[in-house]
Amino acid sequence: MRPPRVISFSQKLSKWDLKFSPYLYISPFFLMFAVVGLFPIAYTAVISFMDWDLVRNSGEFVGFDQYIWILTQPHFWTALRNTFSIFVLSSVPQLILAIFIAAVLDRNIRAKTFWRMAVLVPYVVAPVAVGLIFNAMFADKSGLINSWLEVIGISEIPWHVEPFWSHVAIATMVNYRWVGYNALILLAAMQAVNRDYYEAATVDGAGPIRQFFSITMPSLKPTLIFVIITSTIGGLQIFDEPRVFDQFGRGGAGQQWLTITLYLYDIGWGQWNFGRAAAMAWILFIIILGIGLINLLVTRTVVRDEGMRSELGKRQQKRAARAAKKQVKESQR
Amino acid sequence: MSIGTPPPLAIVESGIPNAAARRRGAKTIRIRGSRPGIWAYATLGVVFLSAVFPLYWSFVIGSGDSTTLRGDFPWIPGGNFISNAISVMTNPAVNFWPALWNSIYSSFIIAAAVVITSTLAGWAFAKLRFLGGPALLVFVVATMAVPQQLGVVPLYILFADLGWTGEIGAIIIPALTSAFGVFWMTQYLQQAVPDELIEAARVDGASMIRTFWTVGVTAARPAAAMLFLFTFVGAWNNFFWPFIVLDRQNPTLPVALSLLQSNYFVDYSVVLAGVVLATIPLLLLFIFAGKQLVSGIMAGAVKG
Repeated sequence: MRPPRVISFSQKLSKWDLKFSPYLYISPFFLMFAVVGLFPIAYTAVISFMDWDLVRNSGEFVGFDQYIWILTQPHFWTALRNTFSIFVLSSVPQLILAIFIAAVLDRNIRAKTFWRMAVLVPYVVAPVAVGLIFNAMFADKSGLINSWLEVIGISEIPWHVEPFWSHVAIATMVNYRWVGYNALILLAAMQAVNRDYYEAATVDGAGPIRQFFSITMPSLKPTLIFVIITSTIGGLQIFDEPRVFDQFGRGGAGQQWLTITLYLYDIGWGQWNFGRAAAMAWILFIIILGIGLINLLVTRTVVRDEGMRSELGKRQQKRAARAAKKQVKESQR
Repeated sequence: MSIGTPPPLAIVESGIPNAAARRRGAKTIRIRGSRPGIWAYATLGVVFLSAVFPLYWSFVIGSGDSTTLRGDFPWIPGGNFISNAISVMTNPAVNFWPALWNSIYSSFIIAAAVVITSTLAGWAFAKLRFLGGPALLVFVVATMAVPQQLGVVPLYILFADLGWTGEIGAIIIPALTSAFGVFWMTQYLQQAVPDELIEAARVDGASMIRTFWTVGVTAARPAAAMLFLFTFVGAWNNFFWPFIVLDRQNPTLPVALSLLQSNYFVDYSVVLAGVVLATIPLLLLFIFAGKQLVSGIMAGAVKG
């Protein structure tokens, strides 16, 4: 047996190494994150209670005045309505289309990789570029969409005049860019579903539609929640597409497509009022939190996950499927 | 088992009458693995066309002249793309070449820095035990829900104080870290590296940094490549903050594109030629790395 030794320097070093290394590894992230991520968030709250003076670069405390000012602006309520309208018009069809496309991609198709890549093409196109392309397509006077509508006997739609139609046009841009991306996320979740369930369900006599709603949808639930939350966060912040929907970038002559973020930009860098812009940012954040929470609750209630969740049920279904197949084979002999 | 014997218990329990199961099964035991019919390909074809059509159309308009948009839609590109592209490149209000260069190098630096900071932090969160680690990780993930708008006012004030408004550094610095990146790397490293491997390295006398370098970085490579791609695409396409903090003299491509349209009389053939020019670099990237992007989205989703 060796005699006990005094702890050597290198061993000490190794102990410190073990203890402090983790902090060393997270420090580059957290140092940067604190300066350009956390500090601005906190400081926005401070500024939102101030009447910010750009020249002196400091502010005078005014309490909730900036918040009250915003909440009493008609433009704010218009922007809120527009943002919600565009959000609903984009997220609902987007989700339905994405699920549908994912379900098709989930079939045993040929050239899988090609199709998956194909649906992702719009994702790499910048939102500003998408905005410019669709702005031209939706041109009021004989834009591509209107001339197609004419062919099928529908009169020109004033895409840049009517609030609702401008929202449809902008929502189309959002859908164009995000449907494929979300379809791939949902596809990943679909592929994780055990194929035995479908076999069992087929044996049970459930058709494809019944299978989709009783097996696929409940299994998608966590992913659906993820997709809905991320598209809520993104959708309520929409700026790029409405900004380039006309050449003036101010949300239309009558604020038809003024969104909350466009309004925030205008208050901050059009009217140069940072106190109000900061208050607007906090209001937007609270709205996002609220809607995100509502979405979470609604999704959790609407998408059921009973039935296939119990382990016993799964086993039984599998056993049933196997037995039934075997029986069929025997009977065919 | 012959036809006459009673069905197994499981079938009785799950309520399938024996005869019915046999009848249905004999005709159509359709397993989902079978090849789908023509309608599936038709659907995908429509999806594919609607994905690429707007790009093709912008090329068609971008290769026409200023009257093209107003006429009937020509299906075939015109001959003016080069001249339109040149007028985009030489337009003094747009600064196309500086914008292209700014986009390339800022996106590159941002993506590289995010990969480095995220891999380091992700390794610590995934594989090292330290006081406050789990709580910090939850905190980082929670900040992913915070909108970008919540930070822009103080950031603008900060960069104005530094005299950096209009400088490309003002868009690089705030983007050097990413909460999503840390989350992504943590998730990946957690399941990609068995703890035994780290223990073995430690027993062999490797220091923490050496363990990180030989075990961590090696294992992280695929996830790091994907994180790089996503961050690059995101940085390239980012608009809101660059639009606020950069000016016309020194824009990135999306900012330059938005400037193309800010006149009373918009020549869409030039605007869309600019869109095509600005989109080509990322389409090239997509052709080379589209597969990785796809598998990255799919991998991220399973865990997310």
